[in-house]
Amino acid sequence: MRTDDVTAPDLFLGLDLGSRTTKIVELAAGAVVGFEVFDTTHDSIEQVRARLDRRDYVRAAATGYGRFLMNAHLDCRVVTEITACAIGTRFVRPQAGLVIDIGGQDSKVILLGNGSGAFADFEMNDRCAAGTGRFLEVMARLLGFGIEEFGRAACEGGEMITLSSMCTVFAESEVISLLAAGRDRASIALGLHGSIADRVYPLAARFDVNGEVLMAGGVALNPCLVDLLSKRLGRPVVVPEHPQIVTAIGAALAANEGVKP
Amino acid sequence: MAARIRREECMARSDELLKDLGLDVDLHRRIFDAVDRNFRETVLAQKIRPARMAYFDGVIHEAHGGRVREIIERRAAGDKLIGTFCIYVPEEIVLALGAIPVALCGGTSLSIPYAEKLLPRDICPLVKSTVGLALSNTCPYSPIEDLAVGETTCDAKKKTWDLLAKNGDLYVIELPQKKGARDRDLWFEEVCQFKTRLERLTGRTLDPERLAGAVRLMNRKRRALARLNDFRKEANPPLSGLDALVVMQGALLDDAIRFTERLEALNDELEDRVRRGIGVASERAKRIMISGCPSVLGNWKLHALVESAGAIVVCDETCTGSRYYENLVEEDRSGLEAQIAAIADRYLKIECSCFSPNAERIDSILRLAREHRVHGVVQYVLQYCHTYNVEAVAVAAALKDAGVPSLKVVTDYAESDTGQLRLRVDAFLEGLGR
Ligand code: SF4
Ligand code: SF4
Repeated sequence: MRTDDVTAPDLFLGLDLGSRTTKIVELAAGAVVGFEVFDTTHDSIEQVRARLDRRDYVRAAATGYGRFLMNAHLDCRVVTEITACAIGTRFVRPQAGLVIDIGGQDSKVILLGNGSGAFADFEMNDRCAAGTGRFLEVMARLLGFGIEEFGRAACEGGEMITLSSMCTVFAESEVISLLAAGRDRASIALGLHGSIADRVYPLAARFDVNGEVLMAGGVALNPCLVDLLSKRLGRPVVVPEHPQIVTAIGAALAANEGVKP
Repeated sequence: MAARIRREECMARSDELLKDLGLDVDLHRRIFDAVDRNFRETVLAQKIRPARMAYFDGVIHEAHGGRVREIIERRAAGDKLIGTFCIYVPEEIVLALGAIPVALCGGTSLSIPYAEKLLPRDICPLVKSTVGLALSNTCPYSPIEDLAVGETTCDAKKKTWDLLAKNGDLYVIELPQKKGARDRDLWFEEVCQFKTRLERLTGRTLDPERLAGAVRLMNRKRRALARLNDFRKEANPPLSGLDALVVMQGALLDDAIRFTERLEALNDELEDRVRRGIGVASERAKRIMISGCPSVLGNWKLHALVESAGAIVVCDETCTGSRYYENLVEEDRSGLEAQIAAIADRYLKIECSCFSPNAERIDSILRLAREHRVHGVVQYVLQYCHTYNVEAVAVAAALKDAGVPSLKVVTDYAESDTGQLRLRVDAFLEGLGR
């Protein structure tokens, strides 16, 4: 969905510069009128700039890993991905009370409150690829699955093979020996998904949630993980139509509203 | 010690001194140039600083120069240097015996590899940095220290003392784990034994008059620090959190009398600033308390992050903050034993997470949050510091009940997590509302 020709005088842009993918959302008159998702490369800033050059917009806000870098190259607001994800979640799903966002480099769980702030509390995993999108990617490749089919394949797993390590490096060698032992790929995949759910579950379970649990970020497109998390949490986990852009939507809203950089 | 000295001069003059002490001058330069650069880029880069902070900047600049030289002179005159690692070591007794207490805690990540030659990697960076400075032959106090005093607080320190005891003179004070009647007796005994050990070291006998004088001096020092921190309760605080740390670091290093006099002068300036409405933050700035592990020179990144994001640190509930200056020793006790008991009482009021239970600490955090009118608390935990890390659960719950938002960050001395730390801090500040 691209709308290069939108030059509405009330166009606001949300730029989510993640470690794996970059997202641009266009917001006009309080509605998302276009978005784009592309892989983050060494010159993503240039890629974003080139796209913006052709557009007539009121203001942009940058979020994500590359937010300060973007800000150094473009006159834009800066907002953390925590705040942006919270604002975006309220927008796409007003009934949500908690949002789980598993990103390329970290996973975060944000409790939405009814105070004056964008959110009430948040938890993040620490400094490690374990339990992140990156972990899933590495393991999918190792098992010979495309990232899109990985989750579907895991759903077919007959048994959940418990992996003893969450570390990407150690889990890798564990998977290799399981394959060598002739274990079923789908069951190994299921086990890998299980270990991510184990890692994310305690972050989410720490909060008393009022409302629905929403999952945002590209990993939300993985049906197995969504299913495992909702089983662990004992409640449905809702996935919005385009989970990858929830944070970028929040950034666009922040560009529009008075959220201070 | 002169006020601020040009850095080039200061380093040149120190090099000679460090060489005389037999230190590794090149490594020292590598480690402390980084500390120095950081100091310039954060502390000295601040605007509208009080003019009298210059003295305290000087204390830091001279920590491995003038101060060391001064101590060498005093040792030549027969006084002893006592190295400490914890604020439970009763300074009054050290001072009353004419000895010089200096806190030797390390705040730099660059000395850590030298500690990891001996110690396991997964212990707290404060312990590793401190040990690393000693083992890398870069700490100018090591060669001139007459006695190092450890304590049985956390496991990392306790077991490190066992290892270090081989390397030189180390005395370990036993701290109880609880604060009941039996524990008080034990602690009183320990303070008495510490006194005896110091008497033996100094060849002097503790004199009640001199002890009373040292108590008055330390009370005066703590009162001055408390007054400094009272200014941080103002709607528009006249000094930053980083500058408060500079002063606190001075308290751990500098001569007690001179430090106190200079601090009183700084306080007068701050009072004047308050009267004239000169503050360092905007009225809209979020007021933050930092609570937990000590912030030692070299590891002030959390304060720098909070303040560079436009908020202001108005209170430190740490050993480089309220735990050091709160509570005074009763002055009107007569007789050495009663005096020592008063000292022991004061020190046992310190609320370190090594104690169990430690409900008083939570009460203090809530009180300080009210007094300093904080918008939020950042619980600062050094990686592998289990006591503060676990106690953070109860602290967060109490703060939540009191309606004070809090954030826990776990970090070490490396710069590598600055991005993650900044994300958390910035998000926390955004979450505090507009
Ligand atoms: S945190 Fe505890 S052990 Fe560490 S210096 Fe402070 S009082 Fe001593
Ligand atoms: S910060 Fe914690 S682990 Fe480190 S020395 Fe102090 S009490 Fe021990």
